[in-house]
Amino acid sequence: MKVPLSWLREFVDITIPAHELAEKLSVAGLEVEQMQYIGLPRPHGIKNAPSDAPEVEWARDKFFVAQILEIKPHPNADRLTLAIVDYGKGEPIQVVTGAPNIKVSERGMKVAFVLEGARLYDGHATGWELMTLKRAKIRGIESGSMVCSEKELAISAEHEGIILLPDDAPVGAPLADYLGDVILDVKINPNMARCASIIGVAREVAALTGKKLKMPTLNVLARGAAIAGQLEIVIENPELNPRFTAALIRGVEIKPSPFWIQHRLKLAGVRAINNIVDVTNYVMLETGQPLHAFDYDKLVGRAQGSAPTIITRLPKPGETIETLDGVKRQLDPFTILVCDARGALSLGGVMGGAESEVSAQSKNILLEAAAWNYLNIRRTMQAQHLASEAGFRFSRGIHPAQAIVGLKRAIEMMRQLGGGEIARGVIDEYPRKPKKIVIDLPVAEVKRLLGVEIPVKEIVRILESLEFQVSSPKSHVPSSKSKVRGRSTSLATRHPSLHITVPDHRLDVDGADDLIEEIARVYGYARIPISRMNDELPPQRANVELDQEELARDILIDAGLQDVVSYALTTPEREAMLIPFDERATTRAAPTNAARDYVRIENPISAERVAMRQSLTASLLELVGANLRYRPRVNMFEIGLVYWGRRKGDALLLRELASELPGDDALPLERRRLGIALTGARDESAWQKNDSAPQDFYDLKGVVETLLAGLRIQNAAFTPTGHPSFHPGRAAELKLGEAVIGVFGELHPVVREKFDLPAQAVLVGEFDLDALFARVPPAQPLRALSRFPAIAQDLALIVDENIAAERVHALIAQTGGALLQRVALFDLYRGEPIPRGKKSLAYQLTFQADDRTLSDADASKLREKIVQRVRKEIGAEVRGG
Amino acid sequence: MLDQLNQLRDNALQELEPIWDSAPLEAWRVKYIGRKGALAQAMEQLGALPKAERGAVGKLANEVKTALESAFAAKTGQMQQRALSESLESEPLDVTLPGRPRARGRLHPATAVMREIYRIWGDMGFQIFRTREVETDEMNFQLLNIPRFHPARDNWSTFYIADSDQRVLLRTHTSPGQIRAMRALHPNPIRVILPGMCYRYEQITARSEIQFYQVEGLAVGHNITFADLKGTLTEFARRLYGENIQTRFRADHFPFTEPSMEMDVECIICHGAGCPVCKQTGWLEILGSGMVHPDVLRNGGYDPAEWSGFAFGMGPQRIAMLKHRIDDIRYFWGNDLRFLEQF
Ligand SMILES: [Zn+2]
Repeated sequence: MKVPLSWLREFVDITIPAHELAEKLSVAGLEVEQMQYIGLPRPHGIKNAPSDAPEVEWARDKFFVAQILEIKPHPNADRLTLAIVDYGKGEPIQVVTGAPNIKVSERGMKVAFVLEGARLYDGHATGWELMTLKRAKIRGIESGSMVCSEKELAISAEHEGIILLPDDAPVGAPLADYLGDVILDVKINPNMARCASIIGVAREVAALTGKKLKMPTLNVLARGAAIAGQLEIVIENPELNPRFTAALIRGVEIKPSPFWIQHRLKLAGVRAINNIVDVTNYVMLETGQPLHAFDYDKLVGRAQGSAPTIITRLPKPGETIETLDGVKRQLDPFTILVCDARGALSLGGVMGGAESEVSAQSKNILLEAAAWNYLNIRRTMQAQHLASEAGFRFSRGIHPAQAIVGLKRAIEMMRQLGGGEIARGVIDEYPRKPKKIVIDLPVAEVKRLLGVEIPVKEIVRILESLEFQVSSPKSHVPSSKSKVRGRSTSLATRHPSLHITVPDHRLDVDGADDLIEEIARVYGYARIPISRMNDELPPQRANVELDQEELARDILIDAGLQDVVSYALTTPEREAMLIPFDERATTRAAPTNAARDYVRIENPISAERVAMRQSLTASLLELVGANLRYRPRVNMFEIGLVYWGRRKGDALLLRELASELPGDDALPLERRRLGIALTGARDESAWQKNDSAPQDFYDLKGVVETLLAGLRIQNAAFTPTGHPSFHPGRAAELKLGEAVIGVFGELHPVVREKFDLPAQAVLVGEFDLDALFARVPPAQPLRALSRFPAIAQDLALIVDENIAAERVHALIAQTGGALLQRVALFDLYRGEPIPRGKKSLAYQLTFQADDRTLSDADASKLREKIVQRVRKEIGAEVRGG
Repeated sequence: MLDQLNQLRDNALQELEPIWDSAPLEAWRVKYIGRKGALAQAMEQLGALPKAERGAVGKLANEVKTALESAFAAKTGQMQQRALSESLESEPLDVTLPGRPRARGRLHPATAVMREIYRIWGDMGFQIFRTREVETDEMNFQLLNIPRFHPARDNWSTFYIADSDQRVLLRTHTSPGQIRAMRALHPNPIRVILPGMCYRYEQITARSEIQFYQVEGLAVGHNITFADLKGTLTEFARRLYGENIQTRFRADHFPFTEPSMEMDVECIICHGAGCPVCKQTGWLEILGSGMVHPDVLRNGGYDPAEWSGFAFGMGPQRIAMLKHRIDDIRYFWGNDLRFLEQF
C-alpha cells in the first residue's frame, strides 16, 4: 500500500525523518518495501528502502510555484505558445511550451516552473532520462526556463500536459515545499489488514512515535428529504454479509475532482475518474472501508419507478453478472451478490456491475458501505481470478463497525465536492453485530512469554495508543475467566490482571497472546534482551536414518561420483520410456516391478511436472543427457524419495510407523532410493596414457561393492536379470538374502535412444535404500592380525564359459578354509590356446595361519585340494598344470 | 727398503686420485694390492732382508697395505655415490606438467549447506526430525491456524494432489512437521529441526522454484521465552556468519506463531552500505520465526498454559546463494556439472 507522507500528516504529526519513520514501521511489522522521494533529497549513507520509480530532487533555487500572467501565440509554430510566467522573483519570464492543456488568452493558472540549469527528467524521452535545462531557441524564440509536466518532475509518467496547481498555490514558494513528498510503500501482512488505510498506518505511527492520532470528523450536513422509504435492504445470509449501510445524495454535479484529491489518488496509485467515484476510492484509502456508488435513478428505473429493494443473496443456478471490467462472469454457488428485484448488481465486496454504475449524467447517488465475510470474499476472488482494491481489503477482514465510518465520511465529501443535498439518515441493516471482545491479560503472562519485565504502566500506554481500552489493574485478584491455568496461575495470583477491550477496527485480536504480540511490537523487539534457553534439554538422540544416508553420500563421493538433487515432479510418460518395448509398459523401473499408482498433481504448473516420480533413473538420465552436451564423461548419484499411492495391505517401514498419525493412510508412500549413473571413460582424460576405455558394467558394480563395503554389508549376491530397462546380458540384481535391493547394469540401447543419449554405454542402477540400510550390521569385532608370514600362490583355471565367476570364487574360498585368507581374481582370458567355449580365470591365493608359519608344502597341499574340488564340481582344468 | 715402501704408497695414492671408472680402478687394484701386485712383491722381498730391518719394514709394509686397501674402499664408495647421483640426475621430470587426475565426487551445494545447518543446530542441542512431503491440508494449513480461504494462504501457492478434493497436497513448508514432531514427542520437551523438500506452485524463474529445501526449528518447554528465541537465533547467526555479525529483528506475521518475527543479518556482501543483493537496504532476510501459537501447541497436544515454545524456518538455498553469490536459483536442480564442480 502506497502511503504519501503528506497524506499521513493529516492524521498524525511526524517529527522524525522519513527514513527513520520507515525503519520504525518496518521493525514493527509494517515493512516499508519502497520509499519514493518526490522532489525531496534522498538521504545517503544510511540504510534506506530503495525506489523502483525515478527520483529527482527539486533544487530550491530552481523549482518554483509560479503563475501564468499571459499566454501568447508562438509566432512560428501553431502547436507552441509563449507563456509569461511570474515566479515571484524579479521580472516575469517568457517560456515556450507545447502543453495542450493551456490556451492562448487564458491566464492566472498556477504552474510548476523551473529555471535554466535545473536537473530534471526529459519529458520527451521514451524512458527516464535526466537532463540539465539549457537555454535554447525553440522555433526562433529563445527560452531557458520551462513549465513542467509530471514526468519532468518524476511525479508520474504523465506528459500530456503541464501540471496545473490549485489557485491558492503560493507563487514564489520553492516547489519542494509545496509538492515535495515521500511515498512509503508498505507491505500489508494478513494480520495488519487494519493498516490497509492511511488512518490505519497513522495509528501505528502514533503508537510508535508517541504522538496523538487525529481522527477526521464524521459530521454530515444532511438537509435533504429522509432516506427512509427510498430504499429497502434485505440480507439473506447474515453470516456472509453481517452489515449493509446506505446513504443517499440528490442533485450532485459529476465533474473532475479538485487537484488535491486527484493528486493524492495518483500518489496512492489510483486513477482519478470523477468526483463521486474518486470519493469512494479516496475514503477507502483513507479509512480502509471500501464503498460502492450506485446511480440511484437507474435502480429506481429497474424497480419501475418505485423505491428499490437491495437484496444480498447467493446466486441462483446459472446466474451470471457483467462486472465493471467488462467481463461476464459465471457465478459459483458461494459468491455473495448485491442484487435488486431484477437481478445482480455487483459481486459483493469485490466489484460492481456495469449496469448501475455512476455515469457523467448521474444526479442522485446511492452510496453503499457494507461488511462481508473475509474468507468468502477471498474464495470468490480466487474462483473468479479477480483482484480489486476493495476485494484486497475485504478478503483480509474489515470490522463491520467501520462501514458507517466510511459511509458518513464519503457522503459528506460527495456533498462538498459535487454539491447536492444529502438525504437525512442512513439505512443500516446490521443483523450480525460482533460482540465486544474483552480480554483478561494477566501481567505475568507478558514476562512468561517475552522473557522481559515490562512495567504495567508501559503496557497500558502501549495498548491505549493502539486504541485498546484498558481498565485499571485489579491488584492481586486473578480473574475467574483467566485463560491461564496450572503452573502459571501461582504467578498470576501475585500480579495484577488487566481488562482489555478490543477496539472496533480490529478483527485479529481475541486472546492474551494477540495482546502480548502488540505489546512486544510497540515496545520494540530490539529492546527485548537476548537470553539462553535454560529449559530442560530433551534427550539427545542421533537420527540414524539420516546418518546412514550421509554416510552413503560420503562413500559415493569418495568413489568419484557427483551428488545431485533433481526434481521430484515428472511425467509418467517420461518414466515409461525406461521400458523399451510397449508390451512391457506395465513394468516399472528398478527395483519395484509392480505397477503403482502415480501421485498426480491436480494443478500442475507445466506439462513437464505433473506427477511425483517413482524412479530416480529417469531423472538421472535427463541430467546425464544435459551434461553430455558439455563433456563426454558423467558419473553421478542421487539419494532421494520416490512416491506412489498407498494401497490397503502395504506394509509400512519402521520409520513410517513411528510418525504415522490417524488419517495418514490416505497419503502416498515415500520411499528412499539411491540412483547411480555412469558414462564415458573410466579415467578422466589426461595427458598421460591412461585407461581411457569406456566404463562398463564392472565399473558400476565396483561402485556398488564399494558402497556395500563402506556400509559393512557382506554376503551380497549378484544375479543376472532380464529387466527390460537394461542391455540383455549386462545387468544384475543386487540381493541380500532373499530381498532384491536393486537392479543395475548397462542401459538398453533403445532406452538410451528414447532419452536422446549419444551412442555410448550408460550404466545405471537404482537401489532401495530403506531395504539396504535395514541390513547394515551393528559394529563388528576386530579380527586378530596374524604375526606369521603369508604364502602367495597363483592358480589359473580353465572353465566352461557358462560357469559364473562367483561360483568358482566360492568353491575356492570354501575349500581353502580358514587358512586361505584371500582369493583375488587377477586375470580373465579367452582365446588361444584356451579352447573355444572356455575361459581362463587366474587367481592369487594367499595362505596364512594365525598360530604358526605355513610351509610351502602346506600351501601346495591346500592348493591341490582346491584343484581337485573344482575339477570335480565344475570340470575346471588347471592352466599350464 | 723403507723409502721404497713409502714411495710405493705415495705413487699408489696419487694414481688412485683421478680414477673414476671401474676398469682403471680394477687395474690399479691389481697393480698395487693384487695377489701379484707391487705390495705383494715387496713383501716377498722381506725374507731377504737382514733380521734387524725386518721388523720395521714389515710394520711399514702392513701400514701401507691398510692405507691402500682403505683408499680403495673409499674410492669404490665414492664412485658408487657419484654413479648414483649421475643416474638420478639424468632425465629430470617436467614438474610443471599436470598431475594424474584423481576422480573426486562432490556434495551438491544444497546438501553441503544442509549439513552445515545440521551441524550448527546439532551443536546447539537440536535433533533432526524428518517428516513426509505429501501432506494433508489439515497438517499443512488448518492445524497451523490457516483455515481454508484464509488470506495468509496467498503466501503459500499450493500444488494439490489430484482426486483428493484438495485435502492432500505437496507441503508448502516444513511447518506441518511441527505438529508431527509434537504428536510424536509428546509429552517430552522438544528441540528439533525439521529439514526437507517443500513445493510451491510458482513459475520457475531465476528467483523462484517449484521445489526448495527448508529447515524448520521447534523448541517446546516449560520455560521458553521470546528472549530465548532472540538469543538462540543470534547464536545461530554468529555460528553461521561469524562472531561479529549484526542482526535485526522485525515484527512479521505467520499464522502459527505469535509474536512473529523476521531475523535480518547485516548484508554479508556490502556490510550494510547497500548493494543490489540486499536491495540497497543493508540487511538480508535470513529466517522467519516466532513463539508457537497457543492453538498450534494445543493441536500438538501441549497445554499452552504450561508449555511455551518457539519455531523458526529458513531457506538453506538462500543461505548458499548469499554465501556463493549464486544469482539464479535454477542452478540448484539443473545439476549442471560445471556448476556443481565449483563447490
Ligand atoms: Zn548489501
